[in-house]
Amino acid sequence: MPPIPSPTLSGHSPRWRLVLEVAFWLLAFSAIFLMPRRLLLLNEIAILALFALSLDLILGYAGIVSLGHAAFLGLGAYTAGLACKHFAVDPLLAVAASAFVAGLVGFATSFLVLRGTDLTRLMVTMAVALLLGEAANKMQWLTGGSDGLQGVTVPPIAGAFDFDLRGRTAYVLSFLTLLALFLIARRLVASPFGMTLRTIRDNPLRAAAIGVPVTRRLVTIYTISALYAGIAGGLLAVTTQFVSLDVFEFSRSADVMLVLILGGTGYLYGGIIGAVAFKVLQDVLSGLTPQYWHFWIGLLLVALMVVGRQRIGSWITRPFSRLRAFGQPNAPDNGGVS
Amino acid sequence: MADNAKANLLTVDDLVSGYGEAVVVDGLSLQLAAGQSMAVLGRNGVGKTTLLNSIIGVTQRRRGRIILAGRDITALPAERRAQAGIGWVPQERNIFRSLTVEENLTAVARPGPWTLERAYNLFPRIKQRRANLGSQLSGGEQQMLAIARALMLNPVVMLLDEPTEGLAPIIVDEVMATLTRLVRDEGLSMLVVEQHAQRLLGITHQAVILERGKIVWRGASAALAAAKPTLEKYLGVVKR
Repeated sequence: MPPIPSPTLSGHSPRWRLVLEVAFWLLAFSAIFLMPRRLLLLNEIAILALFALSLDLILGYAGIVSLGHAAFLGLGAYTAGLACKHFAVDPLLAVAASAFVAGLVGFATSFLVLRGTDLTRLMVTMAVALLLGEAANKMQWLTGGSDGLQGVTVPPIAGAFDFDLRGRTAYVLSFLTLLALFLIARRLVASPFGMTLRTIRDNPLRAAAIGVPVTRRLVTIYTISALYAGIAGGLLAVTTQFVSLDVFEFSRSADVMLVLILGGTGYLYGGIIGAVAFKVLQDVLSGLTPQYWHFWIGLLLVALMVVGRQRIGSWITRPFSRLRAFGQPNAPDNGGVS
Repeated sequence: MADNAKANLLTVDDLVSGYGEAVVVDGLSLQLAAGQSMAVLGRNGVGKTTLLNSIIGVTQRRRGRIILAGRDITALPAERRAQAGIGWVPQERNIFRSLTVEENLTAVARPGPWTLERAYNLFPRIKQRRANLGSQLSGGEQQMLAIARALMLNPVVMLLDEPTEGLAPIIVDEVMATLTRLVRDEGLSMLVVEQHAQRLLGITHQAVILERGKIVWRGASAALAAAKPTLEKYLGVVKR
């Protein structure tokens, strides 16, 4: 049986999608050579993109809203930071430890989150992040409290690739991690497991009535999402060699939600496109008006909602689906509608 | 399967259930034998849909038991009942809108005689639309997809809730023809809820009529089809 196009990036033939995707990742990689002065910014973008990707897994595919996703980013950051500071472990190992710890806490807290509806979920996820943030603040002996985790020295990756000041190693590490985790995520959401997640997002009761183990699915994806966010936190710690309490802050959770809204949910690229848009805007706007750049982000968001294009990605993909529609009068023009 | 289980594939025993405080199904018992089909008839609001919802496990049960193929499924949550072999075709069809037709079919498929290929053979029309999203289907196509989706679970018994509701007459014919084929040729066991009795009585073996959550008439479908006064009394049906 020939493969059928998946509804992600719908409206495109598989060939077109592949061309677009390969071009996208090549462009992202070639930024190392094209923008050698902005590698630190690019590293931040890649990490934010990974963080947004992890939120997309639960928000876009399982319909779990969270305003406390920074809990896992923070756990990952502190885990990697502490591992490097006290045990001088390889950064890759430190990031793996971040994934493990964040995944574990994600699993444990998933049972709290799965109770109740959207509003309770927003509150519970936020509460978990606040609790962890305050715990990190109080455990000064371990985390350095409000002074942040000082004296993190990160050894070279595998003893060979040292972190340079311009951020080249950092960006390559973050980029490759993002790419690998993206590919895994794409595999995951296209699998029967991913399909059952979408049935739950569409209607949990109905999904259960046709045999989907709703609770188990939600626990699994929440754990995976926490693990991804933990890796993002770990990368943040090893590439900046510093961890402060702001990794747990509410604004982190809110920003990543904003990133996902900018980029669009439920097709995995949303987090990445949103992260690029968000960070570039932040960079440009804060250069122009350091105090008020959030105002412009807010204005853009309002404009975006009014115009009705729910995501930036569709500005790129939509013209292609229009083109294709000429050849196929019956093809539904679906580009940009998730 | 034990002989007893075969004779009583699905047993609903003294079931009392409803939603919250409200009792809708009130002390109802029925048995369905393997390979048999049963029409569940009655006016609006007598508890037909609630009966099906209670069997799939999404209502509040007060009393009674539900036994499927010799196994007591009363305490199981909805997803375990579906895995145990209850195939549900809901009233509003309830296609997963963000999945393609094919994904709707394969997401929860379970191994058995019904495969994607056979489902497509049964409904060639949805095969043509396999790559379309659930939200892009017509009402009739959605109904066909809902039936095919339930078949892909390879259920022991199918529950269909008003499968022809809101469909164009020509589509109703098609759906009825499919149900006939499933009953006669495939020997599929099913409970079918309908408001329009006449056509359903032509294809089912048995029928029950519900009133205020209880069964007030039960017997062979052919007998009910001939019993005009009974139809008139409980359903207000006038033969077309």
